[in-house]
This record gives sequence, C-alpha cells and structure tokens, in this order.
Amino acid sequence: MSVGDIGWWGVPLAVLAGAIRVSVPFLFVSLGECLTERSGRVNLGLEGTLVFGAMSGYAGAVLTGSPWIGVLAAAVAGAGFGALHAVCCSLPRVNDIAIGIALMLLGTGLAFHFGKPFIQPPAPNLPSVSLGGWSSSSQVQAALEVNVLFLIGVALAFAMAWMFRRTRFGLVVRTVGDSDAAARALGLSSVRVRFAATSLGGALAGIGGASLSLYYPGSWNEGISSGQGLIAVALVIFARWNPIGCLGASLLFGGAGALGPALQSVGVGGGYHLIGAAPYVLTLVVLIVTSSPTRPLAGAPGELRLNR
Amino acid sequence: MIDAQGAVRRPGGAAAPFASLRGVAPRAIDGALPLLTLAAGLAGFSVFLLLTGHSPATFYALVWKAGFGTAFSWSNTLSRAAPLLLAALCVALPARLGLIVIGGEGAIVLGGVAAGGLGAVLTDGLTSLMLMGLTAALVGGAWIGAAGWLRHRRGVNETISSLLLAYIAIALMNHLVEGPLRDPASLNKPSTAPLGEAERIGTIPGLDVHWGLATGVLACLACWALLRFTTLGFAARIVGGNPRAAALQGLPVGALVIGSCALGGALAGLAGFFEVAAVQGSANASLAAGVGLTGILVSFLARHHPLGIVPVAILLAGFEASSGLVQRRMDLPDATMLVLQGFVFVAILVGETLRGRAFSRAAPVAPAAPVGNVAPIGVEAR
Repeated sequence: MSVGDIGWWGVPLAVLAGAIRVSVPFLFVSLGECLTERSGRVNLGLEGTLVFGAMSGYAGAVLTGSPWIGVLAAAVAGAGFGALHAVCCSLPRVNDIAIGIALMLLGTGLAFHFGKPFIQPPAPNLPSVSLGGWSSSSQVQAALEVNVLFLIGVALAFAMAWMFRRTRFGLVVRTVGDSDAAARALGLSSVRVRFAATSLGGALAGIGGASLSLYYPGSWNEGISSGQGLIAVALVIFARWNPIGCLGASLLFGGAGALGPALQSVGVGGGYHLIGAAPYVLTLVVLIVTSSPTRPLAGAPGELRLNR
Repeated sequence: MIDAQGAVRRPGGAAAPFASLRGVAPRAIDGALPLLTLAAGLAGFSVFLLLTGHSPATFYALVWKAGFGTAFSWSNTLSRAAPLLLAALCVALPARLGLIVIGGEGAIVLGGVAAGGLGAVLTDGLTSLMLMGLTAALVGGAWIGAAGWLRHRRGVNETISSLLLAYIAIALMNHLVEGPLRDPASLNKPSTAPLGEAERIGTIPGLDVHWGLATGVLACLACWALLRFTTLGFAARIVGGNPRAAALQGLPVGALVIGSCALGGALAGLAGFFEVAAVQGSANASLAAGVGLTGILVSFLARHHPLGIVPVAILLAGFEASSGLVQRRMDLPDATMLVLQGFVFVAILVGETLRGRAFSRAAPVAPAAPVGNVAPIGVEAR
C-alpha cells in the first residue's frame, strides 16, 4: 500500500478511514455492554461473544451465501450467550464478573472448535457504501468506503440514547439498573429486565463479531480478536454509560487501532508491536483518568458491581 | 423465629438428632461441592461431545492414558502443572481480598523475558539463576502490583486493568524478543540468546520433572501458612469480607491489596522464569501459551484455597497433556480443551449458588425475598 501523491497526508486520512473501519466492532460491543450495564450487570464475556459472533457470522455467510444471514446468525448466537450469562447471574451468589470470564473462555473455545472448517472457504462480504463520490482523489474515495454496519451502528447509538431517555423500556432498564429496591416497589422484575438487556446486549456484540469476519478484516481465523471485546467493555466506563459517548469512544479507539498500519504504510516500521499496543495503553490511561477511588463514577448505574 | 416454626413441624423426639445432622450435612455437601460441580461440568462437556458425534468414553480414556497412565505421562503432566500452580496463586492471593485478577499471563511473559534477557548475558551458574529468578519475580510483582495499586489509589477495576496489562505485556514481550533482545541466530522463531548449560534448571532427582514443580508446591504451602497462621492472612480475610470495616479497624487495606497483588504477580513471574530456564532455554513467544488463563480456572476450581490448587492444577495439567493425543486420535481441534475448561468454569461458578443452601434454613437470598414470604420455611422443611 503506497500513499502516493498525498504523501504524509495519507496518515491522518488512513487514521480516519481506519477509525471508521476498525471502530465497528468496538461500537457494537460497547453499545451492547452499555445496555447490559445500564440494567445493573457487567458482562465481561462479550469478548467471547465477539469471537463466537465472528465465527457464526462467517459460517452462516459461507453456508447460505448471504452475508446478512451471517449477521443474523451472529446476532442469534450472541443473544444465546447473553441469555446464558443472564440466567447464570440470576441465581443467588453467582458473580457476574466471574461468569463473564468463564463465558469468555467458553465462547472462544466453542468458536475455535466449530470454526476450524471455515478458516479456508471464502465468504461473501458485507456491502459498503461510498461516501467519497465528491472527491476526485481515489484515496479519499477509498477511505470513505463505509461498512453498512457502521451506519447501522451510528443510527443505533442515537436510537439507544433516545430509548433510554424517552421510552418506557429505557426507563425500566434504568430503574432496574439504579435500584433493585425501587424496581421491586414498582412491581418490576429485575431478573426479567436484566435477561432482556443482557440478551440484547449479547446480540449486539455478536453483530460486532460478524463485522470483523464479514467486512474488516473480512476473514475468519483464530487471531481475529485480540481483546477488542474487553476494550469495548472498558469504553463504556469512559463513555459514562451514554450510547452517544460509546460512538465517540469507539471512533477514538478505532483511530488508535489504525495508527499502526497507517504509519507502516508510510515506512515507519519500527516498534510495530508497541504501536499495536496503543489501544490497550490508551484504554488503561482513560480508565485511570476517569476513575476515582472515593466517589462513584458519574452516571454509573447504582446496582453495577464494577467496584464493589 | 423460623427455627421455632420449623421445630413445631416435627414430632418432638426426632427434632434433636435431625438438628445436629443438619449442622453436619451442609458442611459435607459444601466440602464436596467443588467435586460435584467439576463432575457436572465434565458431564456437560460429555453431552457436548455426544452432540458433536464423539465418544466421551474414548475421550476420557485417552485423557487418562496420556495424562496419568504411564510414568512418562505423569512427568509430562507434572511439568505442565508447575507453572499452573504459580499462575493460580496469582489469582488466589488477591481473591482472598475480594479482587478478581485475571492478568497473570502478563507477569508470566514479562518475568520470562526478564529472565531470558538477563540469562543471555550472565554466566555464573547458580548465582545467575538466582538473579534471574529474583528479577523475574520483581518484574511480575511490579506488573500485577500495578493493577492492585490502580485499584486502591484510582478505583480502577482490577479485572479489566490486569487483563489490559496482560495484552500490553505480550506486546512488550514480542517487541523485546523480536527487537532489542533478539538473538540474530534465531531465524524462524525470534528468541533471546540461548541460556548456557550452567544457567539451565535441571530435574528433581528421581523424577523427570524440573524444579518448578517443587517451587510451585512449596509456594502453595507457604501461601496457605501465610493466610492461615499469620495476622497478615487474618487481616486479608477481613478485607475480603468487608473492606470498609477493615479500614475502620485501622487495617492497612491499601498495603494488603497492593501486597497481595504484588506477591501473586511475583509468583507468576517465577512461572515465566521456570518456563525459560527449565523448559524453553530462551525467552520467545511460546511464553504466552495461555498458562495464565488456565491458572484462573485452577484457582476458581480450588475455591482460591492454596492447598486445593495443587490437586486441581495436576488434574487440569493432565487434560492439557492429553490434548495432542486427543487431537490425533479423535480428530478434534485443539480448542476442544478450551471448550472443556469453559464448561467446567461455568459449572463451578453456577454451583456456588448451592453453597450452604442444601438442607439449610433461611436461604441467605435475603434482600430479594419479600417480607412474609413462606419460602424459607418451605426450603427448610425439605
């Protein structure tokens, strides 16, 4: 990949293009986790859900020839993992963070187990939308080839923000997440609401996985995710449990993830692994800056046990 | 009050022996719970094998054969158990304070790289080895200690931060092994320069297993004694039960949190040191083989009890040792062992819900149970 006529300008352009491309899994997983955490539970297992979603999405697309059926399969599988998490955690004395770790292991294991036969065959990719028709530069056009799922994710972020603020379901989720006692006084079943929120959150994380295997990088292998699901969980804290914030944070982290390949394309090759670690370092820094040992985080759901 | 109601339900004489039995039965059941849930997890995995068209009987027979069947398989299993013991302690020690640290992998790889990098330039035999081990422990301790420090000083969730630190550690290791510390002679697999004969760790006399096993078992014993017999261990238990109460008592919560994380990290760093000095002979990407992840499962399965870790680590090491044979004979992918671990992990966590509830009075589900509900009495009558 040469940068050609626009030289070093290729770096910010590539970072922008990369931000849009790379942010999609972050966006879907963080929206899913946002919904789950707003209902008062942490699902660390979304990393495993992401990997299983990537596998089932790819497998669905290979077997049926339609990438959209792949996305559907990923969403259904993700919802299944979310439902399993919700059911396990609804039992007394079952720790949601620990169950998340277990499901991370189980999801990854199942994905690798069933995914072996799908590493070779090619799958039809998701279509992209061209937003760069106004520019004569082929690089700008290439950079603005946008994944359909990105547009859906952006719409979803705004829809979810509206849902939390303006709809009955949003209010119910927020109530359950903020106070079990208040929810019970209103006659709401926390168990059922959390089941719905965690399952829907899992479905979103599954779609995020499908975007990995069906658009960018657009193939299925065992190294497809390296902690994106976990970073997305941390992003939700950074985004203060606000879906629009999740969108911004995902774009920021997508850009950080695209920095390495972008610098490589202009010949800065040293420290490849260190640049690759940028998203993790950035996540950690963001967590350190936004957390506080004394007061609960602004906007944190009251029932959330992230810091017991 | 509930007790009185319960006693009324039974004819007078029978109540007394039954009541004494009730005190014993829950404890026996709680004691057997890890075994029961382990069995449930393996049963769930067997169903998974059946559904995917494989024979569980063949699977377990192969595991037995390759993990525990012969002297050779025992030495293989025990060699694999050595780093697991240390990695599991990295989870178990912070868990006593109510922390879930899952980034032991980071301490292992950095400890290994530190030992490998140092060992490449040192040539003093045993002195070098001790220096390498000490450095590995210091590096690992600092790495996980940082997660504890962040938790205490900044309120950063230690589960997330430790896992992020593990990803950063793996990137650092790859950078060091492929860059500054690379031995130019290692072509296909970038590694640090191979250790000299004198800087390699041998096997325990009479066993075909390296000294990491003895170190791991001793570390488990030492941690058990530390938690069981010292005021530090007692203080750690109080912090684990109620950090606020512990702080009000004047216990040094911060020092305990950071110290337990650092000690766990130091032990995980030692695991990396043994992988380099006893198994690989140089530091390379094989250090990130998932030992830290399996260590999490070991610790949870042992209920974070240092002595429980020893048998559990050997059991899971046996499963891992049989992975190759299972792959070849049953045509199963290597990830099958990961699936098995996932099943067992979910089963033991879900099993926690049964703890203390079988035969017990007034299930401690308290906050959710509405006042006046008859459920606790019903549970007791069963």
